[in-house]
Parts: sequence; C-alpha cells; structure tokens
Amino acid sequence: MIGRRRNQRVSAQRRPGWLQRLQLPHVYLQRHAQVALDSLGRLYRNPLASLMTAAVIGIALALPSGLYLLLDNLQRLSGSWDDQASLSVFLKDEVPARTAQDMAKRITGWPEVASVQLITPEQALEEFSSHSGFADALEALDENPLPAVLIVVPEGAHSEPEAASELQKRLRGLPEVELAQLDLEWVQRLSAMIEIARRGLLVISALLALAVLLVIGNTIRLEIQNRRQEIVVTKLIGATDPFVRRPFLYSGLWYGLLGALLAWLLISAGFWLLTGPVATLAGLYQSDFSLRTLPFLSLATLLCGGSLLGLLGSWLAVGRHLNAIEPS
Amino acid sequence: MIRFTNVSKRYPGGFEALNNISFHMEKGAMAFLTGHSGAGKSTLLKLIALIELSSRGQIFLDGENVSRLSKRRIPFIRRKIGFIFQDHHLLFDRTVYDNVALPLVIAGYRHQEIGRRVRAALDKLGLLSKERLYPITLSGGEQQRVGIARAVVNKPMLLLADEPTGNLDPDLSREIMQLFSLFNDVGVSVLIATHDIQLIRSLDYPVLTLEHGRLANNPDGHA
Repeated sequence: MIGRRRNQRVSAQRRPGWLQRLQLPHVYLQRHAQVALDSLGRLYRNPLASLMTAAVIGIALALPSGLYLLLDNLQRLSGSWDDQASLSVFLKDEVPARTAQDMAKRITGWPEVASVQLITPEQALEEFSSHSGFADALEALDENPLPAVLIVVPEGAHSEPEAASELQKRLRGLPEVELAQLDLEWVQRLSAMIEIARRGLLVISALLALAVLLVIGNTIRLEIQNRRQEIVVTKLIGATDPFVRRPFLYSGLWYGLLGALLAWLLISAGFWLLTGPVATLAGLYQSDFSLRTLPFLSLATLLCGGSLLGLLGSWLAVGRHLNAIEPS
Repeated sequence: MIRFTNVSKRYPGGFEALNNISFHMEKGAMAFLTGHSGAGKSTLLKLIALIELSSRGQIFLDGENVSRLSKRRIPFIRRKIGFIFQDHHLLFDRTVYDNVALPLVIAGYRHQEIGRRVRAALDKLGLLSKERLYPITLSGGEQQRVGIARAVVNKPMLLLADEPTGNLDPDLSREIMQLFSLFNDVGVSVLIATHDIQLIRSLDYPVLTLEHGRLANNPDGHA
C-alpha cells in the first residue's frame, strides 16, 4: 500500500450538471453570451475568409428571396385587376354610332351586367394617340381604323370566370358584335403562370437551402480540424460534449445571420436598381404601381431562417466530426 | 484514491501494454511511477484519466468503479484530476491567464471566482507577472509551470504528471518536484511518472516500478 504521508484534506468537488444550471442560470447565460461573442470575434479576426463564406450564403439566400419578392409584386399587380374583370366588346365597322348607343343602353338592362361604357372610334383614337406615342403614325392614316368598343362590367356574381364566359357567349351572339373579349383571361393565365413559378421557386429554395447547409457544414468542419488541439485539451480537462460543441454552433449561427444580412443588402440593392425602370413602365400603363421591398415580417423570416440554417449546418458537421476527436 | 485490481491493457494488434496490474494508492499520498520507456507508464496514467479503457480488470477512483463508465460521466471524473503533460498541452492562441482559467470555465464557475482562483494559482507558481503573455514567449520551465497552474486551479483531488521534468534541467526539475510536494502537503494525491531515477532517489516517496507492463517491485499487489 502506498500510505498517506501527510495530513489529509480533500477539497470538496463540484459536479456541475443540469441541477447547477438551474441554480445558476445567470452563470449559464453569461457563459453562452461569452461563447457567442468569442465565436463572433473569431470571424472578425479572419475577415476575408468569413466574408467570403457569408457572401456565398448571402447569394444563395438572396436568389430565392428576391424571386419570391418579384412574384409577390407580380401577384399584387394582377390581383389589383382581378376584381375589375370586364369584357371588351368590339363592334363591326359598319355599325353606326346611334346603333352603338342603343346597344349600350340595351345591354345595361341585362341582369348580369353592372355597367356599360361606350368608347366611340373617335374617343378610342384620341386616347390611343395620347398614350401610346403613335400620334404621328396615326395622323398619317386617312381614316380611323379603330372600331367602337363597349366595355361591359359584369354584376358581382357574374364576374366569376364561368359566369363571365357565359356572358361572353351571349354578347358574341349579337349580330353587331365582331369580337367579345374577356379581359380577365390573360389575368387568369398570368395567375396560373405565377402559380407555376411559385412551385418552381419552392424547389429552388429547397436546393439553395441545402447548398447553404453544405457550405456552413464544410466551413465548420474545417474549423473543427483547425482547432483539433484545443478540442483535445478541453476534453482532457473535463469538458463535456455540449461545451466543446457550443462555439462551433455559434459560429454556424453567425455565418447564417451574416449571410442573411448580406442577402437583404443584395435584395435591397437589386430593387433599388429596378425601382426607376418599373416606375417608368407603370407610368406608361397609367398605373401608380410601385415595387414593394421586403416587408418587416419577411425580413425577420429571412434573418431567422438564415440563422437556423447556419445552426443546423454546423450541428450536422459537429455531430459528424467532433466525436471522432478524442484525446489519445 | 486509486485502486487497480488485475488490470490489463491490450492494444488492437495484440501489444500488451499492461499485464495484470494491482495496486492501491491512498488518498493524500504521493508516489512515483517509473520504468524504462515503453514499460507502460503513460498507459497506466491514461487508464486513470480515462483516456484509454482497460481490457481487463477494474479501476477505482475515489471509491468509484471507472472501468466501465458511461461516456457522459467521463468529463466529470476528469474534473477531479489535474493532468500535467510532458509537452504541456497549452493553447498557444490564448494568454497564460486564459489557459489557466480553462478548467474553471469548463466547470462553470462565476467570472469573479475564476479571476480570484486563477490569480491565486499563478501567484503560487510565481507567474503572476506573466498572466497577459502568450505561452510561446515563455521559457520551457515557465510553460511547464503554467501547465501545473492549470492542473491545480480547479483544486483536484488527484494530480497526475507524465514526465513533468522531461525537458527541464536538474535545478528546474527539483523546483517542480518541490511544488508537487507542496500540493501533497495540502492533501492532494500525486502520482508522477518519470524515468529520472536520480530525482526519485533524492526524494523520500514510494515508487512503483513497471517492467514490460508488469509491476516489478510489488508482485503481490502492494507497493
């Protein structure tokens, strides 16, 4: 036996676990804050590498977010037309102006019609030449090529696609009518196209989110390799797995958050570039439509989503690579 | 403090590093572990620190059987042990202060408590003026003292040292050994692996001698 030589005094040992965490929540939080700041400091000390990683994540996040925003604006634009569905009824050239006025009155009386507006060929020509920039070309023509048009707005329930096409059929049946066009049709087609684009966007978003996961996972894997010695030493002096994991998880979180912020900057810059031309185009269509940038809620979603992706990516990398590093 | 009963360690590939080791070291004791290189000194220390697991036999630390322990418990056992390495294992991207503070940070001490304890440990080892320096700027002896400060800052029950004086000149080695004696004086159990026979002879502590994986001087299991 190796005997005790001198006085014996054993110091009390602490065994921190969940119980201690409950007792000392502020110490636990203080430690988290410290690790979070420390991880941020590490990114700051390697500005170029960190920025490049964040930029890759930023671009990957900006693409689907920007597309989403474009679609959102498009849908808003088409939505504003949805409720004022109308039919353009083009009358035959030989129909005299008086008959056209009579027809307008007659059709107004129909139960499924809310209102009828007559646009005479003269009015049409005037409007066309003042807005389209074709005034000079129109002046060269001997006679007015434009027909008289009745703008028929259906009554509330009859503006639904099916009822509206019934009305369209009835109008087409009139002898004076050359063509009855449902203005809603192209709006519906646009809506259908937007829906397809929306599905496509979902696929693209999923793929790019996967790319973000892989980028962050790879970055964290490299960081784990670089800090191998540190991991071994901390494990040797009693660090638990969560303790070792924590700085890497925070790194992933910061990468994701920085990437999301960069994505927001990219989107804002892109929309700033688009605002001018869109306003010009809207002006040509006599619309006061203007692009809507990322609303606050979507910005919050982007930032939270980016951070979560970062956390998840580093979690995957940490789970795969950290257990392999043990003191030997 | 440490009890080995019929412990063997066989590495994958068949090399038997330790063969049927039994000994008991009481709480508050101090002893040397010696033997030629490759005799199994490091392996024995690694078994105690749970860096390696024994192939056969049982190991008790402070009354707890640690030979079959869940992985989750290992960190908490290690916190009772201060481990001093021949090559220090210091983190070179952190200051002396941060290196010494690491065990306390891991154990979840309060900020103020950490500062108090780290300074006390650095003061005891004569390193208080170096707390802001990085380990790379220190001499070999100073680096080893930082390693010791880190090992004792958490007030462990057991100090394990693997060739702590391996890279030091005789004067520094004696100084380091005196430090271990001082810690032993306040009740810390100390086990030092070394092949420095002269140093061992100059100090009056029990010696465990390993030869080819067997304890040479206590065939019946007692030192």
